[in-house]
Amino acid sequence: MIIACHECDLLNTVPSIPEGSTARCVRCGAVLYSRKKDSIDRTMAFTIAGLVLFALSNAYPILGMKSEGILLETTLMQGVTELHAQGMWGLAALVFATCILVPLIQLLGLLYIILPIRMNRLAWQAPFFFRYLRKLQPWGMMEVFMLGILVSIVKLAKMAVIIPGLSLYAFAALIFVLAGAISSLDPHLIWDRLGDDHE
Amino acid sequence: MNEMAKTAMDSSLVSCHSCHLLCKTPVYLGKSGAACPRCGEALHTRKPESIARTWALLLAAYIFYIPANVLPIMKVTSLGHVQADTILSGVIYFIETGMWPIALVIFIASVFVPLLKLLILTYLLISVHKKSQWRPKDRTRLYRLTEVIGRWSMVDIYVVTLMVAIVKLGAIATIEAGPAAVHFACVVVITMFAAMSFDPRLIWDNIDMEQSGGNK
Repeated sequence: MIIACHECDLLNTVPSIPEGSTARCVRCGAVLYSRKKDSIDRTMAFTIAGLVLFALSNAYPILGMKSEGILLETTLMQGVTELHAQGMWGLAALVFATCILVPLIQLLGLLYIILPIRMNRLAWQAPFFFRYLRKLQPWGMMEVFMLGILVSIVKLAKMAVIIPGLSLYAFAALIFVLAGAISSLDPHLIWDRLGDDHE
Repeated sequence: MNEMAKTAMDSSLVSCHSCHLLCKTPVYLGKSGAACPRCGEALHTRKPESIARTWALLLAAYIFYIPANVLPIMKVTSLGHVQADTILSGVIYFIETGMWPIALVIFIASVFVPLLKLLILTYLLISVHKKSQWRPKDRTRLYRLTEVIGRWSMVDIYVVTLMVAIVKLGAIATIEAGPAAVHFACVVVITMFAAMSFDPRLIWDNIDMEQSGGNK
């Protein structure tokens, strides 16, 4: 198989490599492709787990604050609406997109592509959706949001008693599950499957 | 490997940006262009107008970087007293109160990373302009670095969002997002687009084939 390196354009002759190993460009060292173990099954498992955690993390409060004996809690969505209320609709949209919308689309989209492949079928317009799914990937920033939560906790710790909400744990788990889904996904394999049907 | 040391472009092949399918360069690869037969993405031997687009986006990002650092990112009103913090004054505040780790996280994510990314991309563009032969492999690594680190600058935006939401709940103080937050978000988003529009293959287009083939 010949693959043109996407970073330096060199044509590499790539031998068939065993599962779990990675082929790199001989000239610039970019990853040409890596074969993942049980790619389809694992990606599907991670995606389903991710959807459950996603629901949890958005339904429950992230942080609670004890003030004068009353427990006040906030969800991520409340942060977005509050930004909007302050007239920062652009920021609100950006936070909404990177922390809620894109991760949700990623999870649903992966399931939409993977599930039919698992059953030896092809979803409607699969190549189109998979292409845009891949393009969206850099815009999901949940792990960065997690760091934001940690920084906020430390910042607020001096002002009030901060109680981590249930959603915080779901968020933390979701980050690992999302990373797992993305790293177990083998785009080459998916494209091969999608391409086969096309021809 | 020397006989294989040939780029896709030299062999009149195009690698699809999206699904990496290797296609024969179509005779007509004009503005409307040809589409990848597998995934439907427009085919280009190099990303279109890569240098001009990256320059334009970089310039915009440099401009936004100034108000992002000069204007306040957060306004805290407590008991009628208003305190506006810029990114740097926030960092200094944390150093003074002895919260080193937080100061470091904010400084790296909000000041160092965006600037580093801007400088790396500027350097890469200049090196492509000058047809530099210097360490193409390391320059490609620099490019990869910009793709990975950029997203972490969003931390401050998320911190502001959370602070705004939670402090609103208690009646002690109110926190408002300042104008710098918008400019800062623009810097992050625009530099991400700049990194995407830069084509690392341009670095290698200037490199002598035999030289690089013999290196390895």
